[in-house]
Amino acid sequence: MTRIAIPPQAQGRRLPNAWDVAALAIVFGSLVGVASVVRGTLAPLTAAEVTAIHLDPAYLPGYALRTTLRMFAALLVSLVFTFTVAPLAAKSRRAAAIIIPLLDILQSVPILGFLSFTVLFFLNLFPGQEMGAELAVIFVIFTSQAWNMAFSFYQSLTTEPLDLDEACRIFGLSPWQRFWRLDVPFAVPGLVWNTMLSMSGGWFFVVASEAVTVGHTTFTLPGIGSYVAIALRRRDLLAISYAVLAMLVVILLYDQLLFRPLVAWSSKFRVETIQASVEVKPWVLKLFRQTFMLRKSVAWLGDRIALIGRLRLGRAERTFKSIARGGALSWVEDALFCVVVGAVAVYALDRIFVFCAAHLHWSDLLTCLVLAIFTLSRVIAALAISCAIWVPVGVWVGLRPQATNLVQPLAQFLAAFPANLLFPLVVAGIVAFNLAPNIWLTPLMVLGTQWYILFNVVAGTAALPGDLKEVAVNFGLGGVLWWRRLIIPGILPYFVTGALTATGAAWNASIVAEVASWGKTTLVAQGLGAYIANATSRGSASNIVLGVAVMSVFVLSFNRLVWRPLYAYASRRTNLGQ
Amino acid sequence: MDRSANTRTLVEVRHCRQAYPKEANNELIVLDDVNVRLSEGEVVGLLGRSGSGKSTLLRIIAGLLRPTNGEVTWQGELVRGPVRGVAMVFQSFALFPWLTVQENVELGLEAQGVARRERKSRAEAAIDLIGLGGYEGAYPKELSGGMRQRVGLARALVTHPDLLLMDEPFSALDVLTAETLRTDLIDLWSDGKLPVKSMLMVTHNIEEAVLMCDRILVFSSDPGRVAHEIAIHFAHPRNRLDPAFRQVVDDIYAVMTRRKSPADLRATAVPTTGFATPLHPIGTNLMSGLMETLAGPPYDGRADLPALAAVLQYEADELLPLGETLQLLRFAELEEGDIRLTEQGRSFVHAGIDRRKKTFAEAALAHVKLVAAIRQVLDERWNHRASAVRFRDELEDHMSPERAEETLRTAISWGRYAEIYSYDEETQQFSLNDVERT
Repeated sequence: MTRIAIPPQAQGRRLPNAWDVAALAIVFGSLVGVASVVRGTLAPLTAAEVTAIHLDPAYLPGYALRTTLRMFAALLVSLVFTFTVAPLAAKSRRAAAIIIPLLDILQSVPILGFLSFTVLFFLNLFPGQEMGAELAVIFVIFTSQAWNMAFSFYQSLTTEPLDLDEACRIFGLSPWQRFWRLDVPFAVPGLVWNTMLSMSGGWFFVVASEAVTVGHTTFTLPGIGSYVAIALRRRDLLAISYAVLAMLVVILLYDQLLFRPLVAWSSKFRVETIQASVEVKPWVLKLFRQTFMLRKSVAWLGDRIALIGRLRLGRAERTFKSIARGGALSWVEDALFCVVVGAVAVYALDRIFVFCAAHLHWSDLLTCLVLAIFTLSRVIAALAISCAIWVPVGVWVGLRPQATNLVQPLAQFLAAFPANLLFPLVVAGIVAFNLAPNIWLTPLMVLGTQWYILFNVVAGTAALPGDLKEVAVNFGLGGVLWWRRLIIPGILPYFVTGALTATGAAWNASIVAEVASWGKTTLVAQGLGAYIANATSRGSASNIVLGVAVMSVFVLSFNRLVWRPLYAYASRRTNLGQ
Repeated sequence: MDRSANTRTLVEVRHCRQAYPKEANNELIVLDDVNVRLSEGEVVGLLGRSGSGKSTLLRIIAGLLRPTNGEVTWQGELVRGPVRGVAMVFQSFALFPWLTVQENVELGLEAQGVARRERKSRAEAAIDLIGLGGYEGAYPKELSGGMRQRVGLARALVTHPDLLLMDEPFSALDVLTAETLRTDLIDLWSDGKLPVKSMLMVTHNIEEAVLMCDRILVFSSDPGRVAHEIAIHFAHPRNRLDPAFRQVVDDIYAVMTRRKSPADLRATAVPTTGFATPLHPIGTNLMSGLMETLAGPPYDGRADLPALAAVLQYEADELLPLGETLQLLRFAELEEGDIRLTEQGRSFVHAGIDRRKKTFAEAALAHVKLVAAIRQVLDERWNHRASAVRFRDELEDHMSPERAEETLRTAISWGRYAEIYSYDEETQQFSLNDVERT
């Protein structure tokens, strides 16, 4: 059974405050900054970046490999980011004051929106080289992965058990030893789970960002995503099917070789006083434990690596732990820090204002807001429909252990599959039957994210205490009453977790789902996603910034006003034994 | 065996005061003017109720906490942080779940940069000494509580500390396991096999302290002070059933039920009940149970606390708050280690469910100012509603947030039982719904 980690968006009951405003200003100030830099260079970079993509399926394994390598490169960068930023936030109260709202906002920003900026930015850094494009794609995947991983690590660092912390201090572990003996191991279960969620989300973005057109610049990088993009342009359904098949194989390998063994391995690091019930061991892990040479050499390698963790780098802190309340000096430093952050935020706000005044009109904002409401209703409708389908299915499955063991891995597998590979098939259908894009493009937004709802509901139902189910049977609870008194309260926290993930991803997906093309035919659904997508293809930086900003505000408000209170309510009300 | 000849001072605590700042100029004093001296060759116990600051003092001595005022010296040098030569055993064991027994034990040696080979042999020696041989490769979650605490002991001993600090080391274990560990440890100590020069342990178990320590410092609460110092001269192994042993235990009970000093014992036999008197989280079922026990044979309304604790398998730490709560409600009186049921207590015991609730309501409204205040506010309001937040805030002016929360929870539970008021968790509001209005 997979545990459901608390989604970072639902953690804590932080009310919006001045730091949020500062963080928001800084994020969009930087975006505006990048936009201004790259605007001037839109023209010179003409179609020089197109790499030939062959639709011959023989090329597919190579493409799949390159796509996968990009994923792992990004993962590495995300890990480095996590291991530096999260400890910084955990160790310094001041750094945390700004880093935490920044992460919160960054994970709500639709990253596909600023795909164009990042691409141009990196192409400018490495003009005329494939390197720039590669880095751009890796950066995009990084932005889809890093925030919740950093959040998870930060969360672990700030909730370390006090007794283990004291043990480290009293036995005089150096900071480096402590990091590898306590900080990292304690964070492993949450970090592995979040990394896996990030990876699952990442496949979507790697596929979406391999072929991008910004203004006059089109660039393609060899990979599954660009293969599909070309097949789409040529209306080649067979090639698309090959790509889907290749992706299935890749995800299957990733799931079996990496995801499952890692999650099983990470259970070793759970702080539990009792030994957990025996979980199903992934076959890869079993196989590995039966090998001799491989196991020995990995153990040897592990030992060498562990040696590094034992090095006494840095001096053990033979001082009292700094107490939160400091003296006069710390007060001065606090004030100084606030002034600096405030100044940066004001400067950012000023740049945003100047930028907007130069390129935008109030009517643009109004247009965006109206379109955002369209997209919002689309997100809600799609979510409602998938809930109506998957909640009953999930409950049915969750009540049957055998079905659970079968469906749960499948749902996780499907959640990792990049749904945008399937878009062309749906779009071809819409074109063929001449359906209304405003309605029929909507399901695409939740095509990939509905699985989060399914597997969370399954997990929630399976976790219902057996005695409660027996009581329900004993008192003949049935029908509506059974749902209202047992199931809905029981699965609520799980459901909210799933729905939260699904909505966030749905907003992001709207950027690629509201505009779809099939050969020369282009379908457009009215909405903010289409607005951003069109602005991207026109290369209009100001409209992209506006669209992304409005979408971020919508996503943030939705999280703060709906999901967070609902999650708090659910965990308060249905926390058994509290 | 006479270690007292060698009286080199290891630790000296001088005028230690620990206070937590609260808003405005209010502060919460945990420890007040504590002076302790610890010499080589002795086992000293810090005995006191929970919240008396004894664990805080242990952490100050360990260099984990900085005292607000006063100073601690370790072998003559001022303590500015965790010092080498001090090791600690934790109530919760504090083992790293991802490390094996061997790796856990080697932790302190790794930190000291001891070479791999020496680390291994020293860890094995400590593991064998403490009776863990054969468990080297096990993970803590595979072990029972007693075995886990043995790992905690081995991990502390392997560094050959001069001073071993123990924070309620046996209180998370069941009675029999705890007894085995205590005797094993004290046998090793009296045989001179422990590589330590002195031991300091925090406990709330009176018998444990008398069984193990050469000297006991009894703490009083609010704020924590060393109220008494008792030297124990029995030779090891000690016999719990020895009348002299029992007498010491009785004496300590008497000391602990006494408030502040013997002089004001009579004057404040019943504690003053200001609005912000902390309430112990004692349920009404527990109170009823104790009163029924007291009223019945063989006690007939009066019992000796240590004897009662032994029969009920309670520790002093659990029984004393219960007794004090009954005293607060005037259902019982505590004096010199005895508890005596009052008239009100007796009438409560003999009443039926509804009558009991009425008796309890009268007692709570008359003697618990917080309960009375909540009810008064509700009566005065036109809608008979009041937020819990204001009461919590007022309590927090006088006590730690945890204490305030505990006190408020207790007032809620008592008020609900006695049908003085109702409380809605979701809105955090008191009201007079479902309550007979006067």
